[in-house]
Amino acid sequence: MSANQDGTNLLEVRGLTKIFGTLTACDHIDLDIARGEIHALLGENGAGKSTLVKMLFGSLEPNSGEIFWNGQAVRISSPGVAKKLGIGMVFQHFSLFEALTAAENIALSLDDGSPISSIAAKARALSFSYGLPLDPESLVGDLSVGERQRIEIIRCLLQTPQLIILDEPTSVLTPQEADKLFETLDRLRSEGKSILYISHRLEEVKRICDRATVLRHGKVVGHCNPRAETASSLARMMVGNEVQAVVRAPVEGIATAQPLLEIRNLSRKPATPFSIPLKSIDLNVRAGEVIGIAGVAGNGQGEFFESVSGEVLQQDAGSVRIRGKNAGNLSITGRRLLGAAFVPEERLGHGAAPRMKLSENLLLSRHATDGKAFVGGGGMVDSAAIYAAAQRIIEAMDVRKSAPDPEAAALSGGNLQKFIVGRELDRRPSVMVVNQPTWGVDAGAAAHIRQALIELSRSGSAVLVISQDLDELFEISDAIAVMHNGALSEPMPIAEATFEKVGLLMGGAEPGHAEHTMETA
Amino acid sequence: MMRLELVKRPQRSALFSALSPFIAFALTIIAGAIMFALLGVNPLTAFNIYFIEPISQVWQLHELAIKAAPLILIAVGLSVCYKANVWNIGAEGQFIFGAIFGSIIPVLFPQFEGPLVLPLMLLLGMVGGAVYAAIPAFLKTRFNTNEILTSLMLVYVAQLFLDWLVRGPWRDPQGHGFPQTIQFGDSAVLPELLPDAGRANWGFVFALVAAVLIWILMSRMLKGFEVRVLGSSPRAGRFAGFGLKRMVFFAFLLSGALAGLAGISEVSGAIGQLQPVISPGYGFTAIIVAFLGRLNPLGIVAAGLVLALTYLGGEAVQSALGISDKVARVFQGMLLFFVLGCDTLIHYRIRLVGLALTKPEGAAKLDPEPKLKEAR
Repeated sequence: MSANQDGTNLLEVRGLTKIFGTLTACDHIDLDIARGEIHALLGENGAGKSTLVKMLFGSLEPNSGEIFWNGQAVRISSPGVAKKLGIGMVFQHFSLFEALTAAENIALSLDDGSPISSIAAKARALSFSYGLPLDPESLVGDLSVGERQRIEIIRCLLQTPQLIILDEPTSVLTPQEADKLFETLDRLRSEGKSILYISHRLEEVKRICDRATVLRHGKVVGHCNPRAETASSLARMMVGNEVQAVVRAPVEGIATAQPLLEIRNLSRKPATPFSIPLKSIDLNVRAGEVIGIAGVAGNGQGEFFESVSGEVLQQDAGSVRIRGKNAGNLSITGRRLLGAAFVPEERLGHGAAPRMKLSENLLLSRHATDGKAFVGGGGMVDSAAIYAAAQRIIEAMDVRKSAPDPEAAALSGGNLQKFIVGRELDRRPSVMVVNQPTWGVDAGAAAHIRQALIELSRSGSAVLVISQDLDELFEISDAIAVMHNGALSEPMPIAEATFEKVGLLMGGAEPGHAEHTMETA
Repeated sequence: MMRLELVKRPQRSALFSALSPFIAFALTIIAGAIMFALLGVNPLTAFNIYFIEPISQVWQLHELAIKAAPLILIAVGLSVCYKANVWNIGAEGQFIFGAIFGSIIPVLFPQFEGPLVLPLMLLLGMVGGAVYAAIPAFLKTRFNTNEILTSLMLVYVAQLFLDWLVRGPWRDPQGHGFPQTIQFGDSAVLPELLPDAGRANWGFVFALVAAVLIWILMSRMLKGFEVRVLGSSPRAGRFAGFGLKRMVFFAFLLSGALAGLAGISEVSGAIGQLQPVISPGYGFTAIIVAFLGRLNPLGIVAAGLVLALTYLGGEAVQSALGISDKVARVFQGMLLFFVLGCDTLIHYRIRLVGLALTKPEGAAKLDPEPKLKEAR
């Protein structure tokens, strides 16, 4: 180990700048990473974290600035160069082939021609010594998201890097899985390896990181010791001002309110070998309440959303009822006409057509429900009306954009999400189903969206939110149910719910055996 | 040592979207000049005969309109298909079936005459094209077959069926054994527009009307929106509640009907009877027209005239220079090749990469990118 070349940092970045057209994504970034430290990179979406990391990993070339590795000026022109230097990266979105085994996936990225069996043996040894249990012979398609992440980490460790970059690693993990990951990171640190840890979860940054660099609008706004800061002081550095807290007034008499969305014994066979079957799901969402569905990604949330929205129809018309009417055999348009509205997880290509203007994207979900207002006689689209309505939504949701009516793909993720949520809220739906309402959305916009969902419920609508973000669910839900492996738990009233309980259910524990599982875990 | 590299643009270039057909046309001319030179003909003479002379007199413009009409009619239908991401390659077969269906009245009921005959024939022509197009649509939606293959193979079925008809059951008994039907009666012939000036018939008007109607459909109507959404992002289309299967049928039936209308217009206007071969490949050439016209109905009108000229030019060089009229096919092929090639420029830009960039230090800052950006 070269940890003894003291006096210099492992990595030093001076004045690193990247310009895209008129946007300066990274503006004279300075950053030092010492040997054996966990260094946090904090910032909202669009602050320049990904751009910076891509330059360090060689997938983007800086316009100016210098990178020093062990005191030597280097030019990282490709990920191959980065790997040779000793920089490894674990991406937020995994690049694994589901139909191959873990060992085969690792072999693909090593390209040194060593036989699979020796790679499997090395991977097994490594996984054992770092407390990352993994069977190299298992098919990726059968593994949980946490296990898939382990493959990525082991793949990275096999190249014996000195600096490991982790991009939002806990966003797909249960609290318990995250704890395991933190133990591994501690081990790596104690071996003198350095870690650049990208996150927007302030609590975990405070918990495991030695130092933090905060980015805002492409500039470094400060270096700090996260342990000496509070979550709110870190948030202030990231956002620039205090994020408004979401207000959730308690509701009375929910138990007797009328259920607007009823799901009865909803089952679905897996459509592909890698999708999750739904197992007799029951759920009521009553007028005036927000129900949250927690769960690790890939446990059937997507399949559940498609079934509730009507993108996939049910055999039994009674398995989904909207405002007291059977809707299981109605299309998404039919369900919308009953008063339901839907916001899918994927924004581009599902919730919105990327190459179409915002006004056209308004028509996407509302051409039938608002047919009279937007579509004239003979099927002619009233472009003035949809333009005016789109502008109304843009104003109500504070959507920031560069042109009066830009293409959906031209908006940042957060702003597009505000528009997509606003498009549905503008209808005042009596049932609203949202999948990952604030995924990848910056704190300010997320608070806005959450508040809007709560207000919709308090005005008498039923709101169902599917989310991987537990903080979010605890903030807005009146009750939380957990989806695991295609089955849904009983909703837990928010007063009784804790991170611990929800986390155990997310990991697959039976509701009644929570105590026991905790001991063995 | 320099090499070319394609760099993805952050967004599609509007400039190159408009320029691409013109660059393609220029490249076709250059490649065409090389071809003529290799054939031992002075390229300038050849181009004059190929592109200028065929449109230097009014009656020749009428011939151009006759050739352009079926190309435009078919291509506007295909543009809807391709926008919907439905790959109908079989317009030639739908053209032939339109011609066959439309000819039922004049061939089997020649004694039926009057003002109703022509509208009925045109209607039957559209039905014939649509019915024939429904086959690949059904196979795709029911069995998930590849519509490119099925629609293409059905072209050969249609060609052979027509061949059998005119040699067998529909052959003119007084035709001295020639493989053709009887000449259509007067009320079954599509009238000429300006009989004193040239032969152009109402088919060209149908083509222009169809182009305008399809343009309105695609840019102003909810149905056109549905086509564009399903074609560009099918998942968003499903979220919108639009049916993918219904769209496959809609696109095939619409384009089939227009190809059928082109077929019966050609037979009742330009030819006057059914023969074993009624099309010089209009259904395939229309694919080029659709892409050259940027899948925009109004662009297709212009592209249709250009491709019609390649047919006339092919005939002209054959009679004047003794070069095979297959030259027309070569020009059409090159045009499609270059159009598709130039479309790369819409999403990518080309950059020259010298050795300097592969060296580890130094000269790298002299990135050609900013210059190229300014050039745009």
